[in-house]
Amino acid sequence: MTIGDVLIIGGGLHGCSAALHLARRGLKPVILERDWPGRHASGVNAGGVRTLLRDPAEIPLALAARRMWHAIGELVDDDCGYKTVGQVAIAENDAEYDRLKARAGTVRQLGFDHEELIDRAALRSMVPSLARHCVGGLAVREDGFASPYHTSLAFRRKALALGARLFEGAEAERIDRVGENWRIEAGARTFEAPVLVNAAGAWAGEWAARLGDTVSFRHILPMMMVSERVPPLVEPVVIASGRPLSLKQMPNGTVIMGGGYLGFGDLRTGRNRTDFNGLQKSAATVAELFPALRGARIVRSWAGFEGRMADDIPVIGPSAAAPDAFHAFGFSGHGFQLAPIVGRILADLIATGETDLPIRPFSANRFAA
Amino acid sequence: MFRKRRDADRQRVRIVFDGRTIEAEAGATVAAALLCNGVVAFRDPVVSGTSRGPHCMIGACFECLVEIDGTPGQQACLVPVREGMSIGRQAPLPAVAP
Amino acid sequence: MTAFRHDVAVVGAGPAGMAAATAAAELGLDTVLFDEQPAPGGQIYRNVEANRDAGSGLAGLLGDDYGRGRRLAEAFRAGSATYAPGTSVWEIEPDGTVGTLHDGRAALVRARRIVIAAGAMERPVPIAGWTLPGVMTAGAAQTLLKSADAIPDGPVVLAGSGPLHYLVAWQLVSAGAEVCAILDTTPRANTRAALAQLPGALGQLAQIRKGRRWIAGIRAAGVRFVRHVSALAAVGTERLAAVDYEADGRKERIETPLLLLHQGVVPNNQLADSIDCARRWDDVQACWHTQADAWGATSVDTVAVAGDCAGIGGALAAEHRGRLAGIDAAARLGKIDAGTRDRLSREPLAALRRLAGLRRFLDTLYAPAATFLSPRDEVVVCRCEGVTAGDLREVAAHGCMGPNQAKAFTRAGMGPCQGRMCGLTVANVIAGARGRPVADIGAFRVRPPLKPLTVGQLADLEGVGRDIASLDAMPTRPGDGAGDGAGETA
Ligand SMILES: Cc1cc2nc3c(=O)[nH]c(=O)nc-3n(C[C@H](O)[C@H](O)[C@H](O)COP(=O)(O)OP(=O)(O)OC[C@H]3O[C@@H](n4cnc5c(N)ncnc54)[C@H](O)[C@@H]3O)c2cc1C
Repeated sequence: MTIGDVLIIGGGLHGCSAALHLARRGLKPVILERDWPGRHASGVNAGGVRTLLRDPAEIPLALAARRMWHAIGELVDDDCGYKTVGQVAIAENDAEYDRLKARAGTVRQLGFDHEELIDRAALRSMVPSLARHCVGGLAVREDGFASPYHTSLAFRRKALALGARLFEGAEAERIDRVGENWRIEAGARTFEAPVLVNAAGAWAGEWAARLGDTVSFRHILPMMMVSERVPPLVEPVVIASGRPLSLKQMPNGTVIMGGGYLGFGDLRTGRNRTDFNGLQKSAATVAELFPALRGARIVRSWAGFEGRMADDIPVIGPSAAAPDAFHAFGFSGHGFQLAPIVGRILADLIATGETDLPIRPFSANRFAA
Repeated sequence: MFRKRRDADRQRVRIVFDGRTIEAEAGATVAAALLCNGVVAFRDPVVSGTSRGPHCMIGACFECLVEIDGTPGQQACLVPVREGMSIGRQAPLPAVAP
Repeated sequence: MTAFRHDVAVVGAGPAGMAAATAAAELGLDTVLFDEQPAPGGQIYRNVEANRDAGSGLAGLLGDDYGRGRRLAEAFRAGSATYAPGTSVWEIEPDGTVGTLHDGRAALVRARRIVIAAGAMERPVPIAGWTLPGVMTAGAAQTLLKSADAIPDGPVVLAGSGPLHYLVAWQLVSAGAEVCAILDTTPRANTRAALAQLPGALGQLAQIRKGRRWIAGIRAAGVRFVRHVSALAAVGTERLAAVDYEADGRKERIETPLLLLHQGVVPNNQLADSIDCARRWDDVQACWHTQADAWGATSVDTVAVAGDCAGIGGALAAEHRGRLAGIDAAARLGKIDAGTRDRLSREPLAALRRLAGLRRFLDTLYAPAATFLSPRDEVVVCRCEGVTAGDLREVAAHGCMGPNQAKAFTRAGMGPCQGRMCGLTVANVIAGARGRPVADIGAFRVRPPLKPLTVGQLADLEGVGRDIASLDAMPTRPGDGAGDGAGETA
C-alpha cells in the first residue's frame, strides 16, 4: 500500500499543478494517472493562454494565472514554450463588433481593464494577413500561448522534483472511505491518504458522482488540426467571435487551427477520432479569414478529451457531499491557462482551509438547486 | 542520375524546371523526368542540412516535394508530367498564397 | 450522414486490391477501387499495362511474374468494378466513409465495406548520410525501370539484403547499369537460423531457385559482391559522394553518386492503424501486423485488410488474400451464403498455406541486422524533422515511455511523411533504450489526413453530410454523469 497526504486522481496539468503546489507546502501528494501526464487534454490542447473573453467569474483567476505564466520559469524551471504574442477576438461585421464593444464595457464595469477594443486599422496592423472584411476586435496584448505537451512535462517534472509521487498506467478504479482516509484501488495497487483531489479531466464527472456531488457535466472532444511549416503569417492568437475558430502560428511555422467542432471518443478505452465533417467547417472559416492559408497543407488532425459543465465554468473547491475531497474539473475547453493558479488554490484550501481568490462561482453544489 | 535505356517511341512533352526547359516522356512522373535530366536535389529541407531528393519513389517519404505550376508541396514521384508544366525547387518554407 | 455510394471500397490497385475488387464485383457488389497511381498494378506490377509490349527486353527483365500481373489487370479492367486512378485516400472511418483526393479535389464517399489493400513499403534504412540526394532505395530504382525504362546513369552501389535487393541488382546488371558493388548485409547468423525453416519452404523450391539464379547472374557478370557487411554510411556534403562500409572487420570506401538501400519491405498499415484496427508485433518480420482472420476481416466490423499491408506475404499471397477479402465482402453483404463463401475460398486458402512455408524461410534468412533497426546515436531517424537516434534515446532517458510521447517531445513523426519513414525505428530505438520489447512500446498514433490536404481543399470538401457537433450547438444535459457514454457525441 502506498500512503501519502493527498491522493490526486489524474496526472494532467491540473493534477500535476495541484501536486506541485502541495509539495511546495511540504505535503506528500500521490498522483494516479491512467495513462501518462499530457496524454489527454493537457498535452493535446491548443495551448492558448487567454484571459480574453473569459466568463466574468473566471477573470480574477485568469489574471492571477497570467502573472504566473509571465514568470512560468520561476514556477517550473522551464519556459514551457510560452510566448506573449497577444490574443485577439475579431468582429467580422458591425453586429459582432457591437457585441465585443458591449462586452468591453461589462468587463470595465467589473473593474478590469485587460481587454482592449480595437478598430479596423488597429486590427489590420496587428494581423495584416486577416481578410479585409473584418471590422475590428477585442484584444489582450499580454495574452499568448504555450506548448501544451512541453508544459505538461514541465509541471510533472517539477512536481516530482519537489517530492510528489506519480504512478503512470494506474487507473483508479475503486474508492472507499476507510476511517479518516480515502483508499483507492488501481489495478493491483492500493493507495491511502486523508485527502482526495479529483482532477480526472473528462473522467471527473464520474468521480464527482461517486463522491455524491450532482453536477451537470459531460465529456467533449474538441478537435484541432495543424499545417506544415509555412512562412510567418500571423503573430497573435486569433479567435473568431461569431463562429468557432481559434488559430495561431507556432514559432516553428506550423499553424494550429481549431476551436469548437467536436470529434468522437470512448471514455473507457481513451481512444478518439476526428470528424472531417466538422474540420471542413474549420477549414472553410480559416480559408475565408486567412486567404493566404488556402494553400497551406494540413498534415495532422486530432481530438482531445475534455470535461464540460453546463454553464461552461469549472468546478473548483471542496466536494459538497464528501469530507476532505476537492475538485478541479470541467474546464470546458479553457483550462490550460488556469492550471498554474488552480493548483495553488487547491493547495491553499487543503493546507489552510481558505484561499485568497473568489471561487464561490465554481462550487460543486451550484447545479443542485 | 538516371537515363532512359533507349529512346522509346512514346510521345514527348516539354516541361520547365527552375527556368530550364527539359524533355520528358509522356506518362513519366515528374520525379522520373527530373532524375533522367540530371536533377538530383529537388528541394531545400525545413530542418537544417543539405538538399533533399527523391528517396522511395512510391509516395511514402515526401522527400521529392516540388512546386508544380505554383502549388508547392507536390509529390513529384506521383504526379505525371504534362506539356508545359512548370516545376520549381521547393523552398524550406513554401509560400502559402492560394 | 453521407449516403452509401458503394457496397465496397477497395484501397490500392496492387495484386490484392485488383483481386479483391474483381472478386467483389463478380459476385454482384457495387465496387470502387481507389489508387494513387495513374494505372493499375501497384508497386510490383507497376505500369504493367503499358509495358505489355515494351520492346528492348524490358518485359524479359521484369520476368514471368510480371506477366501474372498483366492477367490480373486485364481481369480487373474487364470486370464491373469502378476504377478511380490518381486518387489518394487520406482518411477512412469505421462507418465506411472514405476521404479521397483526386485532381486537387477532396471528397468523402461512403461504402458498406472497406478493403484496405495498401501494400507494402520498403523498410526505411536509417544509416549515416541517408538523407543525401543520391541515396535511394532499391525499390525506387526498380520503379524507375518499370515506369520509365530508366537505369542509373553512372556508377551505382546496392547495399542491403532480401529478395528485392538481389532482384533489383540482377535487373540493373542485366539492363546494362554500371553496378560497382553489391554490399550484402545479411547477418551470418541468419543463414543458420533459416536452415531450420528450409524444409517448410521446399514446396516452393522454384521460388528459392529464382533467387539463387539472380545472385549467380550478378556474379557471372563480374560484379563485386561483398558479404557480411556489418556497417554502412553514406558520405557527401551536398550530395552523395561515396559509401563507407565495414565487412569482416575491414573498412572500405567506394565512390559513387548513387546508393540503393534495401532491408526488406514492411506493411503500409497507416490506414488500418488510423482507425485502431487491432495489431500485433511480428518478431521475425520486425514490424506490426494488422490482426485479421483468414478472409482479412479486422477488429473493426466494416473493414478488411488484404495483401502486404496486413503483414508481408508477397505478391502471390496478396492476390489470394485479395480474392478472399472480395469473397467475404460478398458474403457479409448478403450476395452469397456462407456455404458458397467457404466453397469459393477453398482454393485461395490452400494456395496461401502452400506459400506460408517459403515466407517463414525468407523472413528468417533476410531478417534485418540490429544496426538497421536501431541505429547509432548520430544517425537521423526522422528525416522530415531531423531527429536523431540520440535525441530519442535522450528523451527515453528522461522518462519518455513510447513513440507518442517521443513525437510530442522531439517532433519525430510530425513532418509531411507523418511518421511513415521513422515510425518503426522510433519504436525500436525507444524499446532498446528502455530495455523493453517493441510490442510493449507501441507505435505512433496515426492522425488523419494520411496524405496532406490543403486548407482550401478541405474547405471545399465534397460529400460532407453528417450533422456535426460544435461547442456552441451542443446541448448540455443537467445531471449527466459521464462514464456511461451518455456524453458521447457519436
Ligand atoms: C483540443 C483542445 C484544445 C484546447 N485548447 C485550449 C486552449 O487553447 N487554452 C486553454 O486554456 N484550454 C484549452 N483546452 C482545455 C484544456 O486542455 C483543459 O481544460 C485542461 O488541460 C484540463 O486539464 P486536466 O488536468 O483537468 O485534464 P487532463 O489533461 O485530461 O487530465 C486528466 C487526467 O486524468 C486521468 N484520469 C482519468 N481518470 C482516471 C482514473 N480513474 N485514474 C487515474 N487517472 C485518471 C486521465 O488519464 C488524464 O490524464 C483545450 C482542450 C482540448 C481538448
